[in-house]
Amino acid sequence: MPAPIRLRELIRTIRTARTQAEEREMIQKECAAIRSSFREEDNTYRCRNVAKLLYMHMLGYPAHFGQLECLKLIASQKFTDKRIGYLGAMLLLDERQDVHLLMTNCIKNDLNHSTQYVQGLALCTLGCMGSSEMCRDLAGEVEKLLKTSNSYLRKKAALCAVHVIRKVPELMEMFLPATKNLLSEKNHGVLHTSVVLLTEMCERSPDMLAHFRKNEKLVPQLVRILKNLIMSGYSPEHDVSGISDPFLQVRILRLLRILGRSDDDSSEAMNDILAQVATNTETSKNVGNAILYETVLTIMDIKSESGLRVLAINILGRFLLNNDKNIRYVALTSLLKTVQTDHNAVQRHRSTIVDCLKDLDVSIKRRAMELSFALVNGNNIRGMMKELLYFLDSCDPEFKADCASGVFLAAEKYAPSKRWHIDTIMRVLTTAGSYVRDDSVPNLIQLITNSVEMHAYTVQRLYKALLDDISQQPLVQVASWCIGEYGDLLVSGQCEEEEPIQVTEDEVLDVLEGLLVSNLSTPVTRGYSLTAIMKLSTRFTSVNRIKKVVSIYGSSIDVELQQRAVEYNALFKKYDHMRPALLERMPIMEKSASNGPTEIVQTNGETEPSVEPKHPPPVTQPANQANDLLDLLGGNDVVPVIQTTMPTKPASAGGELLDLLGDLSLSGGPAPAPAPSVPTSQPPFLLDGLSSQPLFNDIAAAAIPPMTAYNKNGLKIDFTFERANPNPNIAVITIHASNSTEADMTDFVFQAAVPKTFQLQLLSPSSNVVPALNQGTVTQVIRVLNPQKQQLRMRIKLTYTLKGSPVQDLAEVNNFPPQSWQ
Amino acid sequence: MSSYNAFSLFLRMLSATHSFLSSSFMLLFSRQGKLRLQKWYVPLCDKEKKKITRELVQTVLARKPKMCSFLEWRDLKIVYKRYASLYFCCAIEDQDNELITLEIIHRYVELLDKYFGSVCELDIIFNFEKAYFILDEFLLGGEAQETSKKNVLKAIEQADLLQESGGIDEEELEE
Repeated sequence: MPAPIRLRELIRTIRTARTQAEEREMIQKECAAIRSSFREEDNTYRCRNVAKLLYMHMLGYPAHFGQLECLKLIASQKFTDKRIGYLGAMLLLDERQDVHLLMTNCIKNDLNHSTQYVQGLALCTLGCMGSSEMCRDLAGEVEKLLKTSNSYLRKKAALCAVHVIRKVPELMEMFLPATKNLLSEKNHGVLHTSVVLLTEMCERSPDMLAHFRKNEKLVPQLVRILKNLIMSGYSPEHDVSGISDPFLQVRILRLLRILGRSDDDSSEAMNDILAQVATNTETSKNVGNAILYETVLTIMDIKSESGLRVLAINILGRFLLNNDKNIRYVALTSLLKTVQTDHNAVQRHRSTIVDCLKDLDVSIKRRAMELSFALVNGNNIRGMMKELLYFLDSCDPEFKADCASGVFLAAEKYAPSKRWHIDTIMRVLTTAGSYVRDDSVPNLIQLITNSVEMHAYTVQRLYKALLDDISQQPLVQVASWCIGEYGDLLVSGQCEEEEPIQVTEDEVLDVLEGLLVSNLSTPVTRGYSLTAIMKLSTRFTSVNRIKKVVSIYGSSIDVELQQRAVEYNALFKKYDHMRPALLERMPIMEKSASNGPTEIVQTNGETEPSVEPKHPPPVTQPANQANDLLDLLGGNDVVPVIQTTMPTKPASAGGELLDLLGDLSLSGGPAPAPAPSVPTSQPPFLLDGLSSQPLFNDIAAAAIPPMTAYNKNGLKIDFTFERANPNPNIAVITIHASNSTEADMTDFVFQAAVPKTFQLQLLSPSSNVVPALNQGTVTQVIRVLNPQKQQLRMRIKLTYTLKGSPVQDLAEVNNFPPQSWQ
Repeated sequence: MSSYNAFSLFLRMLSATHSFLSSSFMLLFSRQGKLRLQKWYVPLCDKEKKKITRELVQTVLARKPKMCSFLEWRDLKIVYKRYASLYFCCAIEDQDNELITLEIIHRYVELLDKYFGSVCELDIIFNFEKAYFILDEFLLGGEAQETSKKNVLKAIEQADLLQESGGIDEEELEE
């Protein structure tokens, strides 16, 4: 039997194949040869054959028939065999195969082998892919090796222990004794892997973390090691571009982060070294920046003093100016994480961030956009919006929807004037009109309706936009609606804000009819335009033309359109007496209840107070017609109104909440005074003389006992109460969410709804991550207005992600203590 | 659930259970998308590995030269760098430091370079098992086990000697 061909020979041969078919043929031939060789239990060439099989496996061909052969190689006494055998095991076997367990005994023997390179192979394999059963069986061996004086083995044992702990967390305790003097090693390999092991233990177990903080005094030890690394002279063995062992430095910084988190003493102990690293690290190469980056992450996460935090943010600011795009990328990512907590510091770098909008890299652009929106406030709105609109014009389609939504939200919150607001909306609709989200159309219509004095200007601008372009559906829909509502203003040339255009009724109807017939219009748009035409029948004089159009569409193929036309037809005939009333101008619309988390930035101290107490917001009832609105504009009964601001996320929580509640409605619309037209960042509590921060000084409030509102699946939510001073009708509830499971709950959102007689305002949460194992709480303030002193009831909705799976739950809260609502 | 959603959920569960790994996997591939090395630090079946590889390779190859070395791909952070005709691509976790991962990749390339002497793609094709051996002396379970270039190369050298001598030495080899 000729010897099987050598590995390199095979590789050379296969590479000469000119087609996929030719390659497959060669592979099949060789596999057949290998199979028969395996069947003959050929010991000599088993290693060679398995190596060839591994090559073919990398090309994508099946190699499962070699799995057992790997085991035989591992069991062999020859080092070559073991080397290939273990490699094969790591490539072909994984813990899903039963065959995998057969390795356990071999690994056990090899862990105790007299040659360290064999022991190394076994440790590597176990640490790379050992299953939980294997880890359980072999943990003792690993623990033994963790205590050896042989640093080659000790470092591998440490990482192997990390794997064991990940697979079988209960075994963590047994490795504790062996960690005792790991950090007194001089060998960098052992130091590095030991820090990794300690990190793993501290991250997994708060008890371990506490133990290492207090009993082992880990922080001073780490600080000492880090200091030595920085201060020591050139060490050729560990040097990377003038920096001594950057890998170790980074891992130490990361462990310090975990130790310093939520712990004042530890944070203080590491303050100096962090400042030292932050100021002394060489930044000309990536390696220095990698260390600085880790330092910044640590500073931001521990309880560092404000000077250090500012230093960290300034480092990020410098990163933003770096030529290296990778550095700019990590800077933007980090700034995005800190913008909520260190808002003012990040604001200082606003112009650099805005410049990044012009970057060529998609990821950098996206982050710059998100960060820019987070930085918009009442002071910089005009400048920022200019940049963002420019970005909207020129960015890739994948950004346009998010950017448009962001612009709308920012405009709604901070618009310096109604005219500016309308102009901004127009700009978005005309430049990115097709990318605007569907829910923008009703939101914009509501906005426009409520900006009463801008109607003439708005309809004129929209009309002009339609003349240019009817392809962008959201624009067309909003425009149709407006023309239907305010067409009379259009033809009478009433616009004050700009030069009124001269347009006749026929011209307007031409445009609307053009929408009906155009191929570009979607069925929804056609519906809008037909309705608009109909509305004009009470505003225009050329009713006959409208009647004709409507009757034509009575036989439209589109069922929706047909139905509308038929009903409108009926309005002309049998129900003509109702037509004027039905088609009247729409009243000011209420804002729908959006009880999701509000933006933190709303009152960052830099926005101007915006509420004019002269015209208190009128209270409108949903059923009222426009006539009643005229009555209420005098503004008699003033009821303090709690207005919630829009959540930052484009997908508003408002819609879902309406389902949750049925029909809670917040009454109140903006006064027709020159105040910003939309719910502003300052809640109208100002009308009551309440500051935006409720005063918690009411002694009576201290008597309200706290309660547990929800306790399920490890998530517990407690309510504590205060009375807002001086309005005793407002209860201020603080929720405290804690998590007793082993994993963090991320993307945590708390929503609440109350019955109709109450009004509710939800302020921003402290965070949206509830740390595992009760390591911290998320707090959020709810203000409930209860003028009728009814019994407080609440329905809450909780959403979060736990271990990668989304979780959602609804609950009723009925156990409020009587003092909270009486 | 569409296949994308199911897959993405799978990957999120994956990264959730292996939440503290520095490196979930490392791939080396050519500019034509041919795989030259694959090291997986998380348990996945062959089918899943092939799917991830295929899609990730496509995504990375589509990147333009001016783009940065990091991208988000299905809930994972990907760090990649091209050296001559080979792409080195690592998947890391959310809290990992992308910049130091670039250094890890660079260190591996330096090790290959020292070992093979001005390494090129052909070296790795014809000596793939050695590329694995070197990687396994540098990283273990996704983390660096040795930060000294010299020590990694020395260990490989000794192991190679052991292999050549055809057996296992009686005496324990000192480091």
